Amino acid sequence: MLQKKSTEITVGMFVAAGIAALFMLAMKVSNLSDFNNDPGYKVIAEFENIGGLKVRSPVTMAGVRIGRVADISLDPESYNARVTLDLYASFDTIPTDSSASIYTAGLLGEQYIGMEAGAEEEFLQEGDVVELTQPALVLEQVIGQFLFSKAEGDE
Amino acid sequence: MIGIIRSLGRWGLGVFERLGRGHLFLVQMLAGIPGLFLRFSLVIQQLFSVGVLSVLIIAVSGLFVGMVLSLQGYYVLVDFGAEESLGVMVSLSLVRELGPVVSALLFAGRAGSALTAEIGLMKSTEQLSGMEMMAVDPMRRIIAPRFLAGLISMPLLAAMFSAVGIIGAFLVGHGLLGVDDGAFWSQMQVKTDWYDDILNGVIKSIVFGFVVTWIALYEGYDSVPTSEGVGRATTRTVVHSAFAILGLDFVLTALMFGEN
Repeated sequence: MLQKKSTEITVGMFVAAGIAALFMLAMKVSNLSDFNNDPGYKVIAEFENIGGLKVRSPVTMAGVRIGRVADISLDPESYNARVTLDLYASFDTIPTDSSASIYTAGLLGEQYIGMEAGAEEEFLQEGDVVELTQPALVLEQVIGQFLFSKAEGDE
Repeated sequence: MIGIIRSLGRWGLGVFERLGRGHLFLVQMLAGIPGLFLRFSLVIQQLFSVGVLSVLIIAVSGLFVGMVLSLQGYYVLVDFGAEESLGVMVSLSLVRELGPVVSALLFAGRAGSALTAEIGLMKSTEQLSGMEMMAVDPMRRIIAPRFLAGLISMPLLAAMFSAVGIIGAFLVGHGLLGVDDGAFWSQMQVKTDWYDDILNGVIKSIVFGFVVTWIALYEGYDSVPTSEGVGRATTRTVVHSAFAILGLDFVLTALMFGEN
């Protein structure tokens, strides 16, 4: 009887350890903890070119992460990229004339959206559009422009 | 010439026969599972010998696999100045691939071979036929609890493997190589997705647990009831499980992560 009890206890510990491992993977390793803590609100920004921006890329303000990219689509009329930003509900005091730019983290790093606060008294709400945007820097275009201006300067 | 064709045909028929018997075995085994919930203590006993006794080898291997991944990954990443991505590299490779696959291979070696030997010995000492004589269905009493135990413990063991591996990678990466711990965890959290990466890894390990336990139990049940036959069945369990795990892993990876 004692033997059986200790078997049951160790099996219970085994299952608990397995579930604890899954819990650690969920909370510490994956981004699950980001999902449920606040519902957030969505704003839209249109960019001429988004470069290598992806869904789930971070949105930051002054380097602090304030949300993530929820969706990317192509506007059928203006042919601009329509990026839906999912901002955390705790950052609900972002002025309506804030600007959004696409930056690259490091030379080879991933791209993210950096927002700069404006001076307006009103704050961005669900569904609002960020008017001031700056497209991603495409390295080939920059190099092309540089070479072009260099060639013109030589003449 | 005729002799060669004849033996080839016999071999081919033998393969199909074993394949068919294996699937009939699976159906009988699955049919025995619902009755188990009335006598769950049988399953708990098997969870102990299949799951708990495998924890040590899984945890130790996981720790060392994580530590080696960290060392090797750092060696490559530091050339690009991207050693902060060490956490992402380790977590994705462990959670998606190495966790389910390596723990399933270890599980086949540790628990699968033991299951085959146990059931093979039961068969050769005629315990299984003895049970049938007493109107106890060995499928329900012996096979089904072991199958359910394997199915339950495999995903738990794989999760432990990945978790311990990530801790090992952190110990080496942060303690030995000096990667910033904030960057290690935060980059990992940004890039590892709960649904796409971790849940798919869990699904993989459930599939592997199903296949490995099935193969192990079938080989034991179908073994030639001699000491040599049991030995051969045990070998077949490990070899066939390894083939099945690696082949299925390719198919599952292509299905789950194919598009990105």
